[in-house]
Amino acid sequence: MGYVAIKGGEDAIENASRLTEYERVQSRSKVLEIEQIRTQLGALVDKIMGEGSLYAPEHAALALKQVQGCPLEGAFILRAYRATLNRSYYSQIVDTRNMRVTRRISSAFREMPGGQILGPTRDYSVRLLNTDLTTEDSEDIRSFLEEFDIPEDEFLEAQGSWSKVIDILIEQGMMQAVDDEEDQRVVDITREAIKFPAPRSAALQALARAETGGICSLAYSSMRGFGSAHPTIGELRVGYTRVTVKDRRGRMRCIGTIKVTEAEVISKVKQRKQDPVPYMTLGYGLCFGHNETKAICMGILDRSMRIDDEHPANSQEFVLYHTEGVESYGFTNHLKLPHYVTFQSGLDNLRKAMQRKEDKTQNGKEEKRKTYTVGTAEAEDVPELL
Amino acid sequence: MITTEKFSRSYNYAFIDETTKKEIRRKILKGVAIPGYQVPYSSPEMPISRGWGTGGLHASLSLIGPNDTFKIIDQGSDASVNACNLRNFVKRMTGCKTTFDTAEATIVQTRHRITEEVLTDKQIIVFQVPQPEVLRGVERFEFKTRQMHAEADYAKMWVSLYESYVKFGAIMRGAGYPVKVNKRYIMTPSPIPRWDVPNLSHSDTLHVFAAGREKRIHCVPPHTLVEPLEFEDIKFRVEEFEGIRCSVTGEGDAFMDEIYETEGSRKHVINDSNFLDKLREGPRPHQRLFTNPQS
Repeated sequence: MGYVAIKGGEDAIENASRLTEYERVQSRSKVLEIEQIRTQLGALVDKIMGEGSLYAPEHAALALKQVQGCPLEGAFILRAYRATLNRSYYSQIVDTRNMRVTRRISSAFREMPGGQILGPTRDYSVRLLNTDLTTEDSEDIRSFLEEFDIPEDEFLEAQGSWSKVIDILIEQGMMQAVDDEEDQRVVDITREAIKFPAPRSAALQALARAETGGICSLAYSSMRGFGSAHPTIGELRVGYTRVTVKDRRGRMRCIGTIKVTEAEVISKVKQRKQDPVPYMTLGYGLCFGHNETKAICMGILDRSMRIDDEHPANSQEFVLYHTEGVESYGFTNHLKLPHYVTFQSGLDNLRKAMQRKEDKTQNGKEEKRKTYTVGTAEAEDVPELL
Repeated sequence: MITTEKFSRSYNYAFIDETTKKEIRRKILKGVAIPGYQVPYSSPEMPISRGWGTGGLHASLSLIGPNDTFKIIDQGSDASVNACNLRNFVKRMTGCKTTFDTAEATIVQTRHRITEEVLTDKQIIVFQVPQPEVLRGVERFEFKTRQMHAEADYAKMWVSLYESYVKFGAIMRGAGYPVKVNKRYIMTPSPIPRWDVPNLSHSDTLHVFAAGREKRIHCVPPHTLVEPLEFEDIKFRVEEFEGIRCSVTGEGDAFMDEIYETEGSRKHVINDSNFLDKLREGPRPHQRLFTNPQS
């Protein structure tokens, strides 16, 4: 058990890691460049930047290359990397009214100030497998771009920035501000463990890091029947926003521009006893990159978690603990670790319970036999009596 | 585009940054000050999966220094693949000495076992804990369990033990048997087998239980009373290995692994790999053994 087994374990780990590397490259296909992943697999890069809670497209692309595109592993690697970085500043509040939008829609109004901008979306495409792509080459790309080239910067400049749909509702007094009673502290869930009931800042941070599929399923549950949410999308924006920090001398410094998706989801507020008006309120979602499903589901869950009801999506603890991708992924996979000690402890209990049952049945049988013997004895006695 | 500089960076000593290590040590101290109380802590992501010993690493790496000797076991064995992986990581990040010898280690990280060999006041044992909340089985919500602990309201726990007795004729708790620490908090002793539970009480060693995924640390300081939950007439019992001998050493009185061979035969081997090695080589190391009460 001693040295040899240890050596065995270490060799096994080493070989396992070489085997996965072998699987990645064994086909001898062309080397996949980080730049290609970052741009051509942008949706995946955006997804894992959100779940990895690190805005770093190149690192995300690198992580994806390393793990052969597994989004859970990719997000996990980004998170682990993020944990090693120094935290120098907290950013200033970002006002997304100043966002330069590439896409902006509202389901609440037919027109809105600035207009609806469909932008890049697959929403109205027919999902047919595009077999043309099998023969795509750089010449195809070049001729497409020649015909359809909009420098993004110019496009964004032309768009400008716009006030929001909810501003109209707020002005008219139809949308209510957050209750004064609500916990409005801003906490950092990466620096202290989340405690329940969690302030909205913590809940939104957790949702922004949550696994997209996880929050999608819970948000869907609250719309489909386990909850009463069927909110209206006040506004969905995709675009670029500047991030600023205050340096040590108190000067504002722009540290870069990030792409985000923002969803503002309108629903009714719970009616108060004193007030006969069912005001509107907001469910809010914002995540890194272009990930509309995530932003919308965040908005729905932000709202549903603040409703006092008994459905899964109404419980902060249920939603936030179980949609945490890196944690749920890790724990479900830990079942692969050996558990023979705990299993042995259970076996001991089970064997004793079986023994107790056997003893009981044995005793029962003996008792029965006794009655039977008595019975026969009596029967034998009978003739004598006769 | 990515430059090489951007990606060439070295890690901090023991991987975790100093501020976070300090925070974790402070949380451990709080745990020591309130034995059995679950202290929430930051629990930064580690480069190993959640549920695979991240909490254990947080505690070990925040405590470790260049002069420490580190031992890690998984299910009692130094050889387990996950133990090997974590040992290599800790060694790479700290340059500390590693060992299989229980007596030589200053920090022992473990998953699901306490070493058979008695630990001393020069050692710290760090447990990897999957579920720190002993009441989770009887109360789903963290919000409520924290309240129950605050009020020492353990009625549901007692009822569940009683129900287990009524249904099955015994308290069917396997590993992770609930204990009361210092007559105040009920806690789960990671999931160590019942065999190890009595060794927590009045031990010379500091026990640190760290649950990374759940972001909680709790401690049993040295010389602290730890009592398994039991009734006046229904007592706590450890696993029984009656008449069973280790097929390698021929010895008994240790937690055994049950091994089935290809041809279907069954044998037993002492679980603690270093203890087994020592038995083969020399005198039996000092153990604390618990005797089950007469039933």
